[in-house]
Amino acid sequence: MGFLVFVGMGLCDELDLSLRSIDILKSVDRIYAELYTSYIPHLSVERLEKLLGKKVEVLSRSDLEEKARETILAEAKKRSVALLVPGDPMLATTHVALRIEAEEMGIRTEVVHAASIFSAAPSATGLQPYKFGRSVTITFPEGGKLSNTPYEVLEENSKRGLHTLFLLDIKAEAGKYMTIRDAVHILLQLESLNGRGVVGESTLGVGLARIGSPDGVIKAGALRDLATYPFPNPPYALVIPGALHFMERRALELFAGLGE
Amino acid sequence: MINLIDTPGHIDFSGRVTRSLRAIDGAIVVVDAVEEVMIQTETVTRQALEERVRPLLFINKIDRLIKELRLPPDQIQEKLVRIIRDFNRLIEMYAEPEYREKWKVSPTAGSVAFGSARDRWGFTLAMAQKRDIKFSDVVEAYEKGRVDELKQVVPVEEAILDMVIEHIPPPHVAQRYRVPKIWRGDLESEIGQAMLNCDENGPAVMCVTNVLVDPHAGVVATGRLFSGTLHEGDTIYLIGARRSSRIQQVGIYMGQYRDVVEALPAGNIPALLGVEGVKAGETIATTKDVVPFEQIRYISEPVMTIAIEPKHPRDLPRLVDFLNKLTLEDPTLVAKIDQESGEYLLSGMGQLHLEIATHWIKKAGIDIVTSPPIVIYRETIRKRAGPFEGKSPNKHNRIYIEVEPLEPEIIELIRKGEIGEYTDRKTLAKILRDHGWDTDEARGVWAVDEKGNILIDLTKGVQFLHEVREMISAGFYSCMEDGPLARELVRGIKVKLVDAQLHEDPAHRGYAQIVPATRHALYAAMLSADPIILEPVQKITVKVPVEYVGVVTRIISQKRGRVITIEQREYVTQVIGEIPAAETFDLAEVLRGGTGGRAFWGLEFSSWQPVPASMQAEVIAAIRRRKGLSPEPPKPEDFIER
Ligand SMILES: Nc1nc2c(ncn2[C@@H]2O[C@H](COP(=O)(O)OP(=O)(O)O)[C@@H](O)[C@H]2O)c(=O)[nH]1
Repeated sequence: MGFLVFVGMGLCDELDLSLRSIDILKSVDRIYAELYTSYIPHLSVERLEKLLGKKVEVLSRSDLEEKARETILAEAKKRSVALLVPGDPMLATTHVALRIEAEEMGIRTEVVHAASIFSAAPSATGLQPYKFGRSVTITFPEGGKLSNTPYEVLEENSKRGLHTLFLLDIKAEAGKYMTIRDAVHILLQLESLNGRGVVGESTLGVGLARIGSPDGVIKAGALRDLATYPFPNPPYALVIPGALHFMERRALELFAGLGE
Repeated sequence: MINLIDTPGHIDFSGRVTRSLRAIDGAIVVVDAVEEVMIQTETVTRQALEERVRPLLFINKIDRLIKELRLPPDQIQEKLVRIIRDFNRLIEMYAEPEYREKWKVSPTAGSVAFGSARDRWGFTLAMAQKRDIKFSDVVEAYEKGRVDELKQVVPVEEAILDMVIEHIPPPHVAQRYRVPKIWRGDLESEIGQAMLNCDENGPAVMCVTNVLVDPHAGVVATGRLFSGTLHEGDTIYLIGARRSSRIQQVGIYMGQYRDVVEALPAGNIPALLGVEGVKAGETIATTKDVVPFEQIRYISEPVMTIAIEPKHPRDLPRLVDFLNKLTLEDPTLVAKIDQESGEYLLSGMGQLHLEIATHWIKKAGIDIVTSPPIVIYRETIRKRAGPFEGKSPNKHNRIYIEVEPLEPEIIELIRKGEIGEYTDRKTLAKILRDHGWDTDEARGVWAVDEKGNILIDLTKGVQFLHEVREMISAGFYSCMEDGPLARELVRGIKVKLVDAQLHEDPAHRGYAQIVPATRHALYAAMLSADPIILEPVQKITVKVPVEYVGVVTRIISQKRGRVITIEQREYVTQVIGEIPAAETFDLAEVLRGGTGGRAFWGLEFSSWQPVPASMQAEVIAAIRRRKGLSPEPPKPEDFIER
């Protein structure tokens, strides 16, 4: 009887794996990992293999998107297979399509959760998770064109006083990571294209770099200042808070250097 | 000031003729008195009339009638009358109603001249009367070796000049009736008025009709300035390329040389230096919002391709450079790198056209190896199919597409350049409605592919659709370059986007997701719509002595062709027929062999027609094999995911 388990790898390195995950990984016939949907800054596949005493095979985007049926799913029909995924397997990385397909093929599936930017952002900033609106990725322009969705999402959320979590685009295969500075520039560009006064240089933002890692940095301030702030290496996220509860403001002052 | 532009008469270069015609207001069509009106004559005259360029007639090589055919004066006159009648028949056939009578030529009106360009004499009727020259005098001059005197009494240049001055209007007169025909913008607008009036104080608008690469001066853009004045140093906009550039130098042609001038006003044919990114057909203007001249229309389409390789790999950069230059100068040649094989492919309008092109390459001192020519095919569909669903690789996006054959008259509008990507959407919707499209379809056009395909958006209220519009269009264009049967170009399909479901987050609906989803839906739909291969069919005109007519018609039908008309003339019989380009490779030998070299013949693009049903599978397999693909074309199921 086949089995496919999606295991979240968290945000920092192989030490984010829970003891339960390690148990499961040790028991399965085959371990795959995808590392293209996000970037785990301190992960070493070698150390991970040593920790598990097993081989971990890294899959490419086309292995998972185009050839899943012939490869990982065909195998999971007969044997037990684990797929390691950055963050929490079903959040930013949306592997739900694969899970649905597996279930439709009669493969039993399971998900083992881990920290995701979706939970880490409120956790680390002290902004209340109840008050986040829609999240959106700020993407690199394609064909010379910027997606306007980030602007529209921010506009809606701001109107309702909600916080907005922006994920910043990653082209892992090309080693390209959008920086907070890029993101600020894109938002300001979208503002000048739309001109509805949703965001400006002095809008308050919270920049997050390497959240979940010991060298992670959180900094709250005007977008203008975030654009030049010396954040460490990727990955990054950006939050534009809505109306602040007094507790949230205090948290930003203490945890994110607001007003410094 | 009279500008003369020489164009090659050979049929395979008719693209260049069309371009030159845009720049000028009158054309002197030269007809060989022995050969009479030929297929090329018909092509250039038709093209001139389509641009509202007034054609005049020069009947050349009268010396051959006398020396080779030894015709007496009365028979010479008979022949000339017949040529004039045939020529006027072309005007009758191709001119718009209001010019049909006005533009017919006649010796009494002085719109026909006769002569021998080689021996430098020629006359109009008026000139002959004034100088008291009759055809019998001409015959006598040749018999008595007094041709030199003839060219003193009736110099050919005077005949031509008389004709031009008498019958070809100056720019400010010609532009009044030509601009409404060749420019689609609003004639009441400031720009429209300036062009109609050839106003040198209006905004400058120039149609670039020729781009040459001069070894010393670089790119030289020549064309007709319809309004305004262009100065050295002016900043101009390239409307098609959507960019601006500066004019380094303005030149004017004096014979074959260019003289530098400070500025040139409307009505002239300037040569501009230093205009970056300019291509033949571009509209140049001093303001940005100018409706461009419709794309210059080509009557012929490339039908054959050869692969070119430098003998020495180090010559590759030079070859690439030269191919660029060649295609810039003759846009009917198309150079392309094959993505898979890395080969350089050059396409043209026939074997001869490509032979001439390779001759130029070799003449430039680049040693090359060429493959034998292969025929270019098209793919199309014969019925409606869909909607079919296409999924993105990440499975989070779905695109739904229907296809149906595009109406032949719409394909023709695209081919003639009357509609295209550049057509203002309102105008486009109106034209399509006038051709029977319903309002939703006419308004929903997203993309017009120049090979004769249209993408229409018929969705209602799909969220984020505007963000993926370019991506769906890119998927559409890429499929049109790359048909599902044999990866040939696609022609004549109407693609309808009927629905789409898109992921919330832009990171999950980029090009890498939406383009494949579109391609899958479109391929599945096309493969379900009775897809077929079209082949180029050429019009063939053969002139032979009557005793060979049977041989010629037999050759034409053996080559899967058909005979359309057989017309008996005085000395020769003219056979007109159609023949698939694929069957023309050994035509020269076969015709020469069959007629003892007595056949004069020419080929011209006629139409795309279905490869006979019995040959479809074989042709598809052969193309696929040549491209390194499995011989069997894919099936719709290959693109439909459960
Ligand atoms: N016998 C004769 N030959 C001519 C005359 N005019 C041109 N030719 C020849 O016809 C050929 C083609 O001439 P060309 O000007 O290149 O023709 P184009 O291709 O129409 O430009 C050349 O061999 C010329 O010498 C003429 O009046 N009499």
